[in-house]
Amino acid sequence: MTMLPPINKRHTGWRLFLMTVWGRAYPRVVGIQRERSWIVFDILLPMLAVSAYVFVYRAIKAPEDYVGFVIVGGAMTAFWMNVMWSMASQLYWEKEQGNLALYIIAPGPMMACLLGMAVGGLFATTFRAAAILVLGSLLFNVSYAVVNLPMLLLIFFVAMTALYGMGMMTSSLFLLLSREAWHIANLAQEPIYLLSGFYFPIKNFPFWIAAAGSFIPLTLGLDAMRQLAFASGPILGFISVPLELGILTGLAVVFLLASRALLNYMEKLAVREGRLTESRA
Amino acid sequence: MVDTPAIETAGLGRIYKIRGAKKEEQKELVALQDVNIHIRTGELFGLLGPNGAGKTTLIKVLTTLLAPTSGWAKVAGIDVLKNPEAVRQLINMVSGGESSGYGLLTVRENLWMFAQFYGIPSKEANQRIKTLLEIVGLADRANTRSSSLSTGLRQKMNIVRGFLTDPTVLFLDEPTLGLDVGAARDVRQFIRRWMSDDPRRTLLLTTHYLAEAEELCDRVAIINKGKVLACDTPAVLKQKVQKESIFEIKVESPRLLVSQAFSAIECVTSVHFYPEDSHTVMKLTLREESAIAQVIALLTEQSARILSLQKREPSLEDVFVQLVGARIEEVENDDAPAD
Repeated sequence: MTMLPPINKRHTGWRLFLMTVWGRAYPRVVGIQRERSWIVFDILLPMLAVSAYVFVYRAIKAPEDYVGFVIVGGAMTAFWMNVMWSMASQLYWEKEQGNLALYIIAPGPMMACLLGMAVGGLFATTFRAAAILVLGSLLFNVSYAVVNLPMLLLIFFVAMTALYGMGMMTSSLFLLLSREAWHIANLAQEPIYLLSGFYFPIKNFPFWIAAAGSFIPLTLGLDAMRQLAFASGPILGFISVPLELGILTGLAVVFLLASRALLNYMEKLAVREGRLTESRA
Repeated sequence: MVDTPAIETAGLGRIYKIRGAKKEEQKELVALQDVNIHIRTGELFGLLGPNGAGKTTLIKVLTTLLAPTSGWAKVAGIDVLKNPEAVRQLINMVSGGESSGYGLLTVRENLWMFAQFYGIPSKEANQRIKTLLEIVGLADRANTRSSSLSTGLRQKMNIVRGFLTDPTVLFLDEPTLGLDVGAARDVRQFIRRWMSDDPRRTLLLTTHYLAEAEELCDRVAIINKGKVLACDTPAVLKQKVQKESIFEIKVESPRLLVSQAFSAIECVTSVHFYPEDSHTVMKLTLREESAIAQVIALLTEQSARILSLQKREPSLEDVFVQLVGARIEEVENDDAPAD
C-alpha cells in the first residue's frame, strides 16, 4: 500500500493567488489571539504618548477637537508601526529565518505572499487601532461629528491600500539593504511622525512642507478623516477631502504597481547575486 | 527506472563576488566549477562532500534560488534560469537545521500554510498532513506550537513539509543534520518508502554522512571545492578502491607517528592517522597486501604497540579519502560559501 495517494487537484492562477494570500495572512490573524503582549506594547504604551499630547493641548487651551485629532492620530500610528516594522522589514527577517527561500520556490506568487502579509497585518492592526480609539475617546471624552460615514470609510480604505502598498514596495528595498534597513527605519521614524501630523493638523506647516509630507499616505488619510469626523475638521484641514481622496488613490496605484515591479527586480537581482538565503558581507 | 533526466547540468559554475573590508576590494570565490551531472527520473541521488564543498550551492541553483555564472541546469527538462516558475511547480526542498515556519503556529497550521502556497485544497492538505504526521510519529504533536518542538521534532516537521506537496523532484539538503540516531533512522526509512511508492519521483540528497549515502542512494557524486570528483553507484565507486587492500590498525605509540615515513614504503597508496579514544587509528591503503609486513616492522621500530589489525571491505569513506586525500571530517573549505 502506498503511503500517500497523489494529490487530486492543485489550484493554479487566481485561486492559487488567493490561497497564498490567505496562507500568509493566517499567522498574523491568529497571532493577535496567541501573543497577548500586544495589549501592553501596542495599546497601553502608545496611549501614554497620546495622553501626553492631550494634556499639553488642554494645558494650552487648544480647541477641544485637537484632543480628538490626537486620539485618531494615535490610532493610525499603529498602522504606521505595523507597516514599518512588520511589513517593510519583514522580507529581510523571512530571509534570516529561512522562510523566504521556501516562499520563492513555491508556485504561489511572491506578490501574493506580500499581499498576505499586508492583509494579515491590516487585520491585526485594526484591532489595535480600534482599541486605542475607543479607550482614548472614553478616557478623554472625545465628541465626534461624522458628516459622511461612507466617505470616511472610503478614505480609510484607500489610505490603508496606499500605506500597505508602500509597505510592500519598501519590503523589497529593505531586502536588498539587509540589516541597514533596520537603521533606516529607525532613522525615519521621528521625521515621519512629525511630517505626517500624527498629533496635530498638518495645516500648521508651511504649504510645501505639508505637501512633501503628503507622500506618506497616512498624512492625507489622517487629514481627510479628521475633516470628516470632527466639527472643526474642515477649517483645520490641509486641502479638500475629494482632492485628498484623488491623491490617495493615485498613491495607492503607484505604490502597488511599484511594489510589483520592485519585487520582480529584487528577486532577479537577489537570484543573480545570491542574496536570497544568506547574509553576505 | 525510466531514462529521462530529472536533473541535468552542463558546465555549471557559480562564482561569488565578495566585498572586502574596503569597498574597492572584491574577492572572487568559486563555489561550483564545471559541474556536469545527469540524474535519471526515479533515482535517489546523493551528493557527498565536506562542508563548503558546493553541495548547497548546487541545490540553490537547481531550486531556482541562485543563478549560475556559467553553464546551465535543467530540472525535469526545464531550464532553471529561463523558466523558474515552471520548475517551482515540480519541486520542493528541505534543509537540515532549518527553522522555517512560524513559532506561534502549531505544527498542523505551519504545514497547512505551506500547502496553501502549492494550491493544495485545505481538506486534502489536512488529510495528507494527518497521514504524514502519523508516519513520522509526530501525530501527538500536531497541535503543539512549533516553537515548543525540540530540534529533532522540528526537523521531522520540515521533512513532512517537503513531502506534503508530492514533488516530482525533491531536494533534501543534509536532512538528518543534528538529529539523534533514532530520528535519523526514521527519516531514512521514510525516504526509502516514499521513493519506492512511485517510480516517477526523484530525490537529490546532499549529505556529509557517507554511511547515509551508502545506505540510501542509487548513485552518488563526490564533490569537493565545487568540483565533482566522481559519480557512480556506491558499488562501482567502491570497486575502484577494491583493487587495493585496506587495513585499519589500532596502535598505542609513545611518539607521534609520522605519515611520511609510512608513505615512503613501496605499495602504500595512502596512510591516515586519527585519534580514537586513547589510541590512534591508522588507515592504510596498499597496492600489494604483502606490504603490511613492512608497515608492521616500521611500527615496531617506532615502539608503537599494535592493539588490533583489521583488513576491511572498502566503504564510500575510502573512496572519498582516495579522491580527496583526506577524511571527510578533516576537510573544511573555510573560504567557501555557507554550505
